[in-house]
Amino acid sequence: MPEAFETDGKATVRCTVNGREAKLTGFPMARLLDVLREELRLTGTKEGCGEGECGACSVFINGKLVNSCLVPLAQVEDASVVTIEGVANGEQLSSIQEAFIETGGAQCGICTPGMVMAAVNLLERVSAPDENDIRKGLAGNLCRCTGYIKIFEAVVRACEATGVKR
Amino acid sequence: MRAYLPAYELKRPATLEEALRLLSSEPGQWKPFAGGTDLMVLLEAGKLEHRKFFSIWHLAELSGIEETPEHVTLGALTTYTELQSNATLQREFPMLCEAASLTGAIAIQNRGTIGGNIANASPAADSPPALIVYGAELELISERGVRVVPYEGFHTGYKQMQMQADELISRVRIPRHAKQWKQYYRKVGTRKAQAISKICFAAAARLEGERIEEARICMGSVAPTVVNCTKTASILSGRGVDDDTIKAAQDELRKEIAPIDDLRSTADYRLQVSLNLLKDFLLSLEL
Repeated sequence: MPEAFETDGKATVRCTVNGREAKLTGFPMARLLDVLREELRLTGTKEGCGEGECGACSVFINGKLVNSCLVPLAQVEDASVVTIEGVANGEQLSSIQEAFIETGGAQCGICTPGMVMAAVNLLERVSAPDENDIRKGLAGNLCRCTGYIKIFEAVVRACEATGVKR
Repeated sequence: MRAYLPAYELKRPATLEEALRLLSSEPGQWKPFAGGTDLMVLLEAGKLEHRKFFSIWHLAELSGIEETPEHVTLGALTTYTELQSNATLQREFPMLCEAASLTGAIAIQNRGTIGGNIANASPAADSPPALIVYGAELELISERGVRVVPYEGFHTGYKQMQMQADELISRVRIPRHAKQWKQYYRKVGTRKAQAISKICFAAAARLEGERIEEARICMGSVAPTVVNCTKTASILSGRGVDDDTIKAAQDELRKEIAPIDDLRSTADYRLQVSLNLLKDFLLSLEL
């Protein structure tokens, strides 16, 4: 039988978070979302629905956009995790974050980190997103304040700012 | 109420061999855990009854899409994102790509797997109707060896499967004879992304001149399992598409499906939309 975890049931998982090495100890089924927020104090990642519908907890694992509420700690062994805190360069916001500010693409702010992660992911994947690409790229993220138009406009502006052709 | 985390185990076997040994050493005790998009939802809701899991997410032996002249074979861990972006699948099995693109949204599609979707055994899953129309087979692996079973008939009732306690779904094998078939797929949900199906409809037809030579129709969310509507399909053989054909097929479909009222939709709505989709499929053949 594989000996993966300590006898008290807790696991020690090694991974990188925002480029820094992390040794995380917790129950193997602990949600990555909770570990990020409570153990690493990375509270930029939000909890919305807790069931993979709203995208507020979006992070990247090995470059792929995922809902951190649906990822158990044991599955981030050896993985590279990037959270919203890893998107800005220190105090310097990314052009995508700037675009959200400029267009007013945030109100209460709970969905914003996830929206930004989805937008970053979109611009990484699609070299020249059209309207449909943007809508699809944001489809997994719910916002209850803005009505989405200003968020959509933020991504359009981010395309211009980052030189992504549309 | 949230789950009590210390009650759950999630082991990480290093190899497929090790995973299969775990399955056979204590039959029924251990269950595989792939992308977690279904299981973690249950966990958070405090409804994940099973306690002992092992992760298969990292097992390369269960990943990848392979092609031979006869088959396209999907590793059980093939994600919805991988399904959508595969050129062969786009060309020959567009319904599967479509189903994958309509399941959840990007973050779910990056974690949800075809094997997990099958093992979760939901009658509302979006890929199974397409897989049945394509005549897919499942490769089940255990320490005893590998066996291949038709996917059709694999689900025997709500969340019930014909699989032994020591077996794991390792691959989904799809025969490559769908190319000449006209294919039609529709998912009806509350919105385009993230919705669970009210109805899912997959169909294909091989045409001979002005007539349907053979048709296949399979539906999700209209019975306790995905339904292969063989009787409706068989009355279409040898017919052209006119009002009589549409009426005859719709009358047969009424008998083959058993939609219910639930939180997503009503039996009436599901029945009416099912009949409409059947008609739309037949008209799309342009006979």
